[in-house]
Amino acid sequence: MGAATLDLFAAALLDARSPLPVGLTTAREEADTARFAVYRNNVHVGLTEALAQRFAVTARLVGEEFFRGMARVYVQDHKPASPLMFEYGEDFPDFVAGFAPAAGLAYLADVARVEAVWSRAYHAAEADPLSVAALAGIAPERLADTKLAAHPATAIVTSDHPAGSIWAAHRTDPVGAVAAWKPETVLIVRPDAEVNVHVLPATDAEFAAAVLAGEALGEAAERALGANAAFDFGAALIGLVTLGAFAATERG
Amino acid sequence: MTRSTLALALAGSLSSALATAAYAGPVSAEYMSGKEKCYGIALAGQNDCAAGPGTTCAGTSTKDFQGNAWKAVPAGTCTTMNVDGHMGMLEPKEG
Repeated sequence: MGAATLDLFAAALLDARSPLPVGLTTAREEADTARFAVYRNNVHVGLTEALAQRFAVTARLVGEEFFRGMARVYVQDHKPASPLMFEYGEDFPDFVAGFAPAAGLAYLADVARVEAVWSRAYHAAEADPLSVAALAGIAPERLADTKLAAHPATAIVTSDHPAGSIWAAHRTDPVGAVAAWKPETVLIVRPDAEVNVHVLPATDAEFAAAVLAGEALGEAAERALGANAAFDFGAALIGLVTLGAFAATERG
Repeated sequence: MTRSTLALALAGSLSSALATAAYAGPVSAEYMSGKEKCYGIALAGQNDCAAGPGTTCAGTSTKDFQGNAWKAVPAGTCTTMNVDGHMGMLEPKEG
């Protein structure tokens, strides 16, 4: 198939209203719309299933019928960008955020973000996390200017809702309790083989995000102290290092 | 805060955190390897089937995706989730 034919083929796969690609026939050289519809359906079912597996908690939150319907709308407009199916749905959380029938569940998109980041962390590159000893070894006068490199698996989801607690509550059967309905900053790390999910203390959330984004420790700490005089720089930094949030190498 | 005051404050904060009971030296091997989880709230995170979606061939010979008008409403756990008085919050919270 030439490139133009492939484009037509791809377009016809995603849009049920588009006609059978010209020149596409069965072995008997007949254009078979019904057979192509089966093929097209298999593509949709496969992509929908990939979403259902990656976003299992999101699916549980809305029920299977709703999730499959929502996924179907997404699939029609989103071709896979990669042959690796575990990467399918990178922007599904953004789609959920704008999906009108789900607007009643304000937390849904953030829970989907936790799930997207979770599987990204699972497949992220291996790297040794920064140790507490290495942190303690940084010369005191260099501390403020130090920039730490995030571990390849590390990510933060900032939510106006208890996205981390809702996510965790839906990984058990029956559904667990959410202790308190408040905003959560969720840290996802994979220092070793397992993905770990943590809810950060509220006073440290912005500091953690800034430092992981590569800001110098001094600038991030100064802002955190300005926002809350009780901010404990040492405890926050050691906490993040202990969880394996940073890579063993320093940024320049 | 001047730069040198800040540098001093940060170094002091870090060294006192390193010296508190929880981090008393010598730092144990387990602590160093990040096994001890004493910061933030740790949530369940074991690796399960969500790790590799799309690996099965979930084909079907039906055409069920076609012509399905939108009609579903969320019917999951959102109304039963136990949230200290909030029952999952079906209405979006304003501002």
